[in-house]
Amino acid sequence: MSDLDEKIVELVADISGEDEVAEERDLDLFEERILDSMAAIELLVALKEEFGVSIAPTELERDEMNTVNKIIARVKERL
Amino acid sequence: MDFFAEPAFFVLVVPIVAIAAAMGIAERPLARYGCVASLAMLLLLFFRSPASLAYAACYLVGSLLLYRWVRGLFERKDPRAVSLYRVALALQIAPLAIYKVGVVFNPDFLGFLGISYITFKAVQVLIETRDGLITDMNAFEYLYFLSFFPTFTSGPIMRSRPFVNDVRATPERDVYLDRLYRGIGWFVMGAAYKFVGSALAQWAMWFVPSAVGSSAIGWLATVFFYGLDLFFDFAGYSDMAMGLGLTMGIEVPRNFHMPFVATDIKQFWDRWHMSLSTWLRDFVFMRFSQFAIARKLFPSRHITACVGFMLNMMLMGVWHGITPDYVVYGLYHGILLAGCHYFQQTSKFYKKHRREGWFQAVSWVLTMVAVFFGFALFGGYVVSPLLG
Repeated sequence: MSDLDEKIVELVADISGEDEVAEERDLDLFEERILDSMAAIELLVALKEEFGVSIAPTELERDEMNTVNKIIARVKERL
Repeated sequence: MDFFAEPAFFVLVVPIVAIAAAMGIAERPLARYGCVASLAMLLLLFFRSPASLAYAACYLVGSLLLYRWVRGLFERKDPRAVSLYRVALALQIAPLAIYKVGVVFNPDFLGFLGISYITFKAVQVLIETRDGLITDMNAFEYLYFLSFFPTFTSGPIMRSRPFVNDVRATPERDVYLDRLYRGIGWFVMGAAYKFVGSALAQWAMWFVPSAVGSSAIGWLATVFFYGLDLFFDFAGYSDMAMGLGLTMGIEVPRNFHMPFVATDIKQFWDRWHMSLSTWLRDFVFMRFSQFAIARKLFPSRHITACVGFMLNMMLMGVWHGITPDYVVYGLYHGILLAGCHYFQQTSKFYKKHRREGWFQAVSWVLTMVAVFFGFALFGGYVVSPLLG
């Protein structure tokens, strides 16, 4: 796991308050109610602060960033 | 001519769909035809009122100019782009805001049918142009998007990017046929909702209270059937609009998805007038939250969300009209959503029991009571009588 991966896992765990995301990185975060739309916004703000990656709220469909692995991929595309 | 109501509309829809179907099956592009059909239908919509027609035409052209201006600013990376974008946004919203305030004082204040819905569409284009998501929508696509007749008067609120994707694609016969069949199905279903479901609810709304007599039970019955009427009427024309859109090769977003199975008020808004609630979520709630979180305006995320919900729903209320009924309706749903959110986020009791059957049953009953009381507010059965 790279530094970047680890940081993103930490962010998601922090925002959602659920640690299981570190183990199951393909878990559907919205289906499992780990993230809601509010937490998703917090994540976007955190990604901007942490990595300078800005993603507009309507830029991605929910199924493009509904797992930890997909979030990592979206950040990497933009770095 | 009123859309989805007068017989003339349904008579005209038959040849419009028949020509679209013939072209679609022949794998010919539908966009130009769809645009011409839409403009012709808008002429018929407004022909009794030349002032409205002129206003709508000016609105279309003015909006196009605003969009081109904003796009140019960001293309050129103009240093004043962000502040001028805010000016453009204010100008885009101004006609609707002026109209909503104007009708409070003068019911005949100049506006045009559909001004509420077209504003959502034009604002979405400006915001997403600023976000860099819209870079190549041309003038034809823009005007077709705003004037698309199936959704012009009353939604569902469409989004420009999926619309433009559909406009640019000429689907193969099988794909088009699938849309045509689905479209006809939705249209028939919507017509049944409106002309059977809604008509029955209206009849019951009159009959049951007069039969039971007692004023409290009569009031409850009126509100119950009013709520059903609201659903069948609105879901009915939304489904017809969706069906008509599909036959023209355009996927129109779904507006209602079994709202009465919701077990909390958040779910209700994920199922009721969805194109409005998702629009407000994306362009008001999320933007506001982003702004508030980045600047740490509130001590916690829960408070940020609660303020966001209040703002969102109060805007929804006044968008329907600046009257005591609608203002209280918006406030009411803002409080419900904020309360629901706070409870679900912080209650250990909720986290422990939320998946259990009895909890869901109680939650469903409470949600329905809250929803129907909301309809009573919306329909003017609470605030207006209290104010006399």
